[in-house]
Amino acid sequence: MSSASLAHAGAREAHATTTGLNSRKMLFWAFLGSECMFFGSLISTYLVYRGRDSSGPHPHEVLNIPFTSVSAFVLLMSSLTMVLALAAVQRGNLRGTRIWLAATALLGMMFIAGQCYEFTEFFYEGLKLQGNLFGCTFFVLTGFHGTHVTVGVIWLWTLFAMAMRNRLPQERALDVEIAGLYWHFVDVVWIAIFTLIYLIQ
Amino acid sequence: MATAAAAVHAPAQTESGLWSWVTTVDHKRIGVLYGTTAFLFFLIGGLEALVMRLQLVRPDNTLVSPDFFNQLFTMHGTTMIFLAVMPLSASFFNFIIPLMIGARDVAFPRLNAFSYWVFLCGAVFLNLSFFLGGAPNVGWFAYSNLTSSQYSPGHGVDFWAVGLQILGIASLAAGFNFIVTIINLRAPGMRLMRMPVFVWMTLVTSFLIILAFPVITVALVFLLFDRLTGTNFFVPTAGADPLLWQHLFWLFGHPEVYILILPAMGIVSEVLPTFSRKPLFGYPVVVYSGIFIGFMGWGVWSHHMFSVGLGPFADSFFALTTMLIAIPTGVKIFNWIATIWGGRVELKTAMLFSLGFIAMFTMGGLSGFMHASPPADLQQTDTYFVVAHIHYVLFGGAIMGIFSGIYYWFPKITGRLMDERLGKLHFWGMLIALNVTFFPMHFVGLLGMPRRVYTYAPNMGFDGMNLLSTIGALMLVPALLVFMWNLWSSARRGKPAGNDPWGGATLEWAIPSPPPPYNFGSVPRVGSLDPLWHKESREAALASNQVHGPIHMPPPSYWPAVSALGMSLLMSGMIFGWWFGIPGLVLTLVGLYSWAFEPCT
Repeated sequence: MSSASLAHAGAREAHATTTGLNSRKMLFWAFLGSECMFFGSLISTYLVYRGRDSSGPHPHEVLNIPFTSVSAFVLLMSSLTMVLALAAVQRGNLRGTRIWLAATALLGMMFIAGQCYEFTEFFYEGLKLQGNLFGCTFFVLTGFHGTHVTVGVIWLWTLFAMAMRNRLPQERALDVEIAGLYWHFVDVVWIAIFTLIYLIQ
Repeated sequence: MATAAAAVHAPAQTESGLWSWVTTVDHKRIGVLYGTTAFLFFLIGGLEALVMRLQLVRPDNTLVSPDFFNQLFTMHGTTMIFLAVMPLSASFFNFIIPLMIGARDVAFPRLNAFSYWVFLCGAVFLNLSFFLGGAPNVGWFAYSNLTSSQYSPGHGVDFWAVGLQILGIASLAAGFNFIVTIINLRAPGMRLMRMPVFVWMTLVTSFLIILAFPVITVALVFLLFDRLTGTNFFVPTAGADPLLWQHLFWLFGHPEVYILILPAMGIVSEVLPTFSRKPLFGYPVVVYSGIFIGFMGWGVWSHHMFSVGLGPFADSFFALTTMLIAIPTGVKIFNWIATIWGGRVELKTAMLFSLGFIAMFTMGGLSGFMHASPPADLQQTDTYFVVAHIHYVLFGGAIMGIFSGIYYWFPKITGRLMDERLGKLHFWGMLIALNVTFFPMHFVGLLGMPRRVYTYAPNMGFDGMNLLSTIGALMLVPALLVFMWNLWSSARRGKPAGNDPWGGATLEWAIPSPPPPYNFGSVPRVGSLDPLWHKESREAALASNQVHGPIHMPPPSYWPAVSALGMSLLMSGMIFGWWFGIPGLVLTLVGLYSWAFEPCT
């Protein structure tokens, strides 16, 4: 939630902890564990309800695998740029930090745009949130994933703004690293969703 | 950003005005806030129970309407679990854990304040429903599809679902915070296997919280989508399976049971050694049992669902896991008894409550073990037998343990001793009253009296025992009044406690009562499992009272409270509409960004 929160204490707290691990990072790993249960429950529900619909549209009628493959690729590439952003900030390369943070955020936005297009397309093909079970489980699951990506994009632009105002020096690389943990997690979740919903029908 | 090395006392920490409480990030003050708020809700939940007992005092009674009775038992359960027992445990986490591990505060003081304020908002929000068209009336488990808009029109269920979402945020934030605090903020020398059992149980509980709450979050999301946007997650005519709710709910709900009881087990594991003048018997086994319970808590949820007909394989599986989980619980009980065995037992009030805990919890455990067996459960489920069981484990267990903790740590929190005479009166009054209330429920339950029904016909054999239960419930009132008087008068006029009134073994007793804002003048070194009970480690612990150089304390902040209010408004927008949602969103964003960029040194 607090992107740059406690950043000021960053250097200090890393030295003072029992394990030597940074507390913020540890909190974030715990948070991701919690998120696993969140998405696990959503995905399980989708799988439990799969194939129970008597009326369409059914997954194979609406899902557009080539299109979503491209947007999945876009999201995966954003993980690469995220790594580059972290590497840049860790080296104190301010320009690289700005470029790669912006690139990551833009790729994330492209993914969201793709999802908006996809949702609209499905809607006109008759797949509705209030329709069959496929509709409600699909939209709620991918919608929550999309919300996560959106939060990540806002977070990235916040970091970008910090970088533009020279407030993201090498010592605060942890701020980027934690945003990166989140970003990669959201990516990994998409790999699971893409595989289970799109590829294995 | 540079450390403006504050003086020993950060000034605001010693202020006592209302604003200083709103902006506090001191774990001790937040602990007190949690405790007082939760106790208030404990009284409200108790009042709800009392009205139910008065309604059931005789057959065909008409004190309350059937619908209001439904609201009462729903809110009683929800209140006691989410607004009383959990936050009362959280008040001990807050006050005691940093002291026990030798830390200055929790890992994230502002997040801690945020947890409290979200909890308060959620609690108030949930109870607002009484005044805004009726409280939820579908039971604290809210089985679908009774909760659908069709069968539950009105906003009661919405208040319940949104309220629990808000409370979930508070619990999750606290869970993350205490995991990191316990793993990362231990004083040098406090290895994992030197942590007091209460710290261990808090750690296990925190893991249960962060893994169980997302599951109920998802279930509540589905429910809210169904009710507010017309989706079909739990609508059978659309092919959905209402049992999905039960699985998701109990997959959360059973770990939740251990979230309620493990902290009390931790408290008891601290109190018994102190008043037996003996180290805890089999410390590692008690710790491992607690961890094992935490794991196994994930594999037993369907024992709440034997009556839905899951088939012989699932029933056998969950019966076996349920019986298995009784083993580590039994191990703990025997370890506690062995701790008392041969000790120099001092029957202070805190000790009495711990002994009461063992006795009552064992009884609750035994009746629980009975309905681990599906054939027996089919006879008992949805009867007063189960009501008796849960109240023996949650009232006789969790609440007794919490009272033990209050009597044990009150001197540390206030610097004054509680009155022992009144304390014992409270203990015996409560012990007798709770048995008079709940013991007869075993029998009316086995006779077939269903739970959650607002009245019963005469000549069913229920009359006498229901009267007895109601008398017991009324007897709880004076016992609690004695407690409240004791709390009030001891806080003002109690004898000064000194640093260590009980001769405790753990670090919190090495420092003054009440502790200074910075807790430890210098970081303590921990040399053993019972630091104050060994000569060398005791000296090392006591040396932590000496202040070496300036102490840096986090400054107060109101942004956690602002963010909490904003987030609660945002979520209440699901019921109240955009006029609440949009300002809530703005306030949340302003709060979180100001929090994130607030200089915290």
